[in-house]
Amino acid sequence: MNETTASALPLAAVLVPVGAALLASLTTGRWPNLRDAWATLAGIAMVVIAVLMLTDTLDGRIHRTVLLELSPGIDVALRADPAGMIFGLLVSVLWVLAGVYAVGYMRGEHEQKQTRFFAAFALSIAAAAGVALAENLLTFVLFYELLSLFTYPLVTHRETETALVAGRKYLAYTLSGGLMLIGATAWLHVLGVDATFTAGGFLGGVELDSATQWGLFVLLAGGVGVKAGVMPLHSWLPSAMVAPTPVSALLHAVAVVKAGVFGMVRVGVFVFGAALLDDMGAWLVLAVMSAGTLLIASILALRHDNLKRRLAYSTISHLSYIVLGVALIGPLALTGALLHIVGHGVTKITLFFVAGAIHVRTHKENVSELDGIGRQMPITMGSFALASLSMVGIPPFILFTSKLYLGWGAVEVGQQAFLMVYLVSGLIASGYLFPIVIRAFLRSSPDHTRYGEADVRMVAPIAVTAVLALVWGIAPDLPLGFFELASTVADAAFPQSVALAGGTS
Amino acid sequence: MEQQLPVFIVGAPLLFSVIVPILGRKWRLSAFVIAVGTVAVSAVASALSLERVLRDGTFRYYLGGWEPPVGIEWVIDEVSAVVSLVVTSVSLLVVISTRRWAEREAGDRPGIFYGLVLLLLAGLTGIVITGDLFNLFVFLEIASLAAYGLVFIGGRRAMLAGFRYLIIGSIGGAFYLLGVGFIYFATGTLNMIEARQLLEEAESVRAVQVGAVFIFTGLGLKMALVPMHLWLPDAYEHAPSSVNSLIAPVMTKVAAYAMLRMFLSVFPAGYLSGTVPIADALLILGLVGIVFGSVAAAGQTDIRRMLAYSSISQLAFIAVGIGLGTPLALAAALLHVVNHAAMKATLFLATASVRFRVGLQRTHNLAGLGPRMPLTMGAFAVGSVAMVGIPPTAGFFSKWYMVQAGVAEGQWVVVAVVLLSSLLTAVYLFKVLEQVYLRPAKPEPSAHHNDEHDSPADSAVQPAEQEAMRPVVERAREAPLDVWLPIVLLGAATVVLGVLNVVIMEHVLLPGVEVS
Repeated sequence: MNETTASALPLAAVLVPVGAALLASLTTGRWPNLRDAWATLAGIAMVVIAVLMLTDTLDGRIHRTVLLELSPGIDVALRADPAGMIFGLLVSVLWVLAGVYAVGYMRGEHEQKQTRFFAAFALSIAAAAGVALAENLLTFVLFYELLSLFTYPLVTHRETETALVAGRKYLAYTLSGGLMLIGATAWLHVLGVDATFTAGGFLGGVELDSATQWGLFVLLAGGVGVKAGVMPLHSWLPSAMVAPTPVSALLHAVAVVKAGVFGMVRVGVFVFGAALLDDMGAWLVLAVMSAGTLLIASILALRHDNLKRRLAYSTISHLSYIVLGVALIGPLALTGALLHIVGHGVTKITLFFVAGAIHVRTHKENVSELDGIGRQMPITMGSFALASLSMVGIPPFILFTSKLYLGWGAVEVGQQAFLMVYLVSGLIASGYLFPIVIRAFLRSSPDHTRYGEADVRMVAPIAVTAVLALVWGIAPDLPLGFFELASTVADAAFPQSVALAGGTS
Repeated sequence: MEQQLPVFIVGAPLLFSVIVPILGRKWRLSAFVIAVGTVAVSAVASALSLERVLRDGTFRYYLGGWEPPVGIEWVIDEVSAVVSLVVTSVSLLVVISTRRWAEREAGDRPGIFYGLVLLLLAGLTGIVITGDLFNLFVFLEIASLAAYGLVFIGGRRAMLAGFRYLIIGSIGGAFYLLGVGFIYFATGTLNMIEARQLLEEAESVRAVQVGAVFIFTGLGLKMALVPMHLWLPDAYEHAPSSVNSLIAPVMTKVAAYAMLRMFLSVFPAGYLSGTVPIADALLILGLVGIVFGSVAAAGQTDIRRMLAYSSISQLAFIAVGIGLGTPLALAAALLHVVNHAAMKATLFLATASVRFRVGLQRTHNLAGLGPRMPLTMGAFAVGSVAMVGIPPTAGFFSKWYMVQAGVAEGQWVVVAVVLLSSLLTAVYLFKVLEQVYLRPAKPEPSAHHNDEHDSPADSAVQPAEQEAMRPVVERAREAPLDVWLPIVLLGAATVVLGVLNVVIMEHVLLPGVEVS
C-alpha cells in the first residue's frame, strides 16, 4: 500500500532549524531583529516542507532520506510516515508561533544571552523533527538524546541556583531514559531484529521468550516514559518549569514531552504492536500506570497556586491520556491518542503563552493574584478561557474530539473503567482551570494598576493558537489533515478492523 | 620504500630523540621544529602503512633482515597500524598546541624536553608495532623512562609524583619481564606468533600460566587498572601541562593496547579462562574500575585530577572489553582506544590552554570562562559530550558496541555498568560545563585545600598582567591560533570519529581482531 520515494525533504525538515541556529549564532545580539527573524523564517520554511510531504504521505507515497550507516547494518534514515507527520507538522506549526512569541517574551523580560537561547531553541526543534521522522529505533535514539542535550541550556537559561538544580535533575532523568533506549536498541540488534518502525509492530513476528519480551518492554517503555512524564518518572517536569515560558510552552508542553508520548506510540504500535502487547499483558501495566498518573497529576494540579506548576501537572495528566490511549490497543483509542497529541499541543501552548504574557506584563505568577486580570488583558484571558474549555473537553473544541475517540476506544475494547478515568479527569480539569477564568473575569482587581495587553508579538500567537484549538475541533482535517493522518495510522496498525475505523470516520 | 615504512614510524623519532637535544642547545627553536617534523614523518608513515595493510593485508618487517627466531619482527596489521596512526597524529597536534607552555615549563632546555617527547613516541610506536615479546619490553621501558623524565620537569611536587610513578612503573616492567621469561623457558621463543603456535600445541603448562599472570599484572600496572592505579592521579596532576596532555591520551592507551595484543596474538584462549581466570579477573577489575574511577572523578576539585580519575574509568572500560574477549568486544575496546585518545587529548589540551591563559585549575574557579574562551571551551564541551556518549559522537559508539557484546554474552552486569558509566561521566563533566557556561565569573578565585596552584600570583600568568581588582576570568582571552586550532581539530575529531565509526569498525577493527 505504501511506496517510498527517495527524497531530500525529510532531511531538509531537520536541517532547516539547524541552519536557523547557525545563522542566529552568527548574527548574534548585534542585529537582534535579524537574529530573531531567522527562527520565524525557518519555521515557515519547515511548515512548507511538511506540507509538501503531506499530500504524498496521505496518498501513500512516503518521502524517505537515507543519510549514512551509523552502525553496521543500521542506517540513519528519516521517513515521513503518517504518524511522524502528525508530530512533525505540529512541531513546525507551533514553532512559527512560538518563535514570534519568544521574541516578545525574551525582550519583555530582558532575558540575558538571547542568542544562545534562540540557537538552542532551534536545535531542539531540529532534534524533535528528527524524533518525528526517524525511521528506525537507532535514529530515534540519536535524536531523542540530542533533544535532551539541546534543551539542557534552555532549562538552565536563567542561571539561577534553582535553574541549575533543575537542569541537573532534567539531565539525570532524560539521560537515564536515553540509556534505557540505547540498551534496548543494542539488545534488539544482537537478537538480529531489524528495528525499522513497522505499523503493527516489528516484534510481532519474532520468536522471543517472555523474559526478553518483558525486558525489552521495560527498557523501551521506561525510556520513552521519562519524557512522557509517566509517574514515577515525571518529577523532572515541574522542576523544568523554571525555564523561560517559551521553553515551557513549546518544549515542555509540546516538543520534549510529545517526543516522549510519540515515542510511546512508536514503542506500542510500531515496535510491539497490538497482538504482542495483548499476549504479554503489557498493555494492562501501561494502562494502569498511565491511568494512575492521569488521576494523581490532575489532583496535584488542583493544589498548586503557581500557574506554571499547575499547568505542568496538567501536562503530566494529559500526557498520560495519550499513553493510556496507546495502551488500550484499539483503532479508536489510537486515533484519539494521536489527535490528543495535536489537540493538547495547541491547547496547552496557549495556556503557557498566557502565563508568560501575564508574567511579562504584571510579574504575577500565582493563580491567587489574578483577580480581575481578564478585564485588563481581555484577548489574552479570553484565549485562556477558550483553551480551558478545550482542556476540559467541551465540544466543539479539539480536545473534545480526541477525548471522544479515547473514551469510545475504551468502550470498544471493553474497558469501561478507563472511560470513567477519562471522564473523572476531565471533571478535575475543570476544577483547576475554570477558577482561574472566573477569577480573571468575575472578580475585581485588588490593586488599581492598569495593565494593558502584552506586546502584539505575544498576543497574536496566543489568539491564533486558541482559535486553532477551536477550528481543529470542528474540522481536524483543516488544512493539515490531522484526522486523516491519525486514522491512516490506526488503519495500518489494526488492519483487521479497518471497516470499523473507516465506518466511524 | 614501502617495505621500509615501519622504520620511519619508530626509527625517525628514535634517531631524532638523540639529535634534538644536541641541536637544541644552540638553536632553541630548532628543537620544536625538528620534533614536529619528526612526529609528522612518523604519522605519515603510519597512515601509509594503514593504507597498505588495507590494500594488501598484514605485512612484516625483519629488523636488519634477520628473520625470527633469530631476529626481531615488526608486524603491521590493521590494529597496530590504526593505533600507531592515532598515537602519532594525536601527539602531533598535542606537541604543536603545547609549544607555548613547553617554553615556559621546560625552561632553558627545550632540546631535552623535545628529545624526551620523541623518545616517548619512539617507545610507544615501538610497543604498537613490535611482534616480539622482549622487544616490547624494551620499548615499554624506553617509553616509561621518557615519561618519568617528562614528569620530573614539573618541579618539586612533580618529583615526588614522578618518583612514585617511576617505582611503580619499574615494578610493572619487572613483572612483565618475568612473565616473558616464563614464556621463553616454556617455548624457547620470544616471537609472538611462534609462541602462540607452540602454546596452542602444548596444552596448559603451569609455568606459562604463571607467566601469563605476571604479564597481565605488569601491564595492568602500566595501564592503571584498579587497584593498581594509585600512581596515576598524582602523576597527571603534577606533571607539566605540556606533558600530561601528551601522556594522558596516549601512554596508558598503549599499555592497554599491549594487553589486548597479548590476548590477540600470544595467549590461546585456554590460558586465559582456565585454572587462572585472567579474562574474568580483567572483566571484574574493569567493572569495578569504571564505577570507581567515575565516582572518584566526581569528587575532585582539580580538573586535571578529575580527568586523571576519568582516565582510570575509561581504561577500565577497555579492560572490560578485553575481558569479554569476543571479537566484537575486542573491537569495541580498540575503538575506545582510538576514541578516548581523541576525547582525552581534547579535554587535557583545553584544560592546559585555560591554565596557560588564566592559571586556574580548580573546577569551581572556572565560572564564566565559556564566553571568554569560546573555541577552547567549545571544544571542551564537545569532548565532554563525546565522553558522556551522546550519539553521534565517538564515545557513544564504544559504548554501543560494548553493550552489544555484553548482551551477546549474556553479561547483564557489563551492560548495566557500561550504560551507567555514561551517567556517571555526565555527573563530573557537566559539573565543569555548568561552571564554565552557566555561572557568572567570581570576583576572586577561592583557595581550597591549601591550594597553591590557583592563586594567580603563583600561576603561569605573568605578574605584569595581573590587575588585582578584576577577576582573573574576566581578563581571559582566547588562546592563540596555534593553541586553539589543534584543540578544535581534536574536538571535531570526536564527532567525525563517531559519524564515521562504521568505516573504522568494518574495514579496520573487526577484520583486524578476527584475523589475529
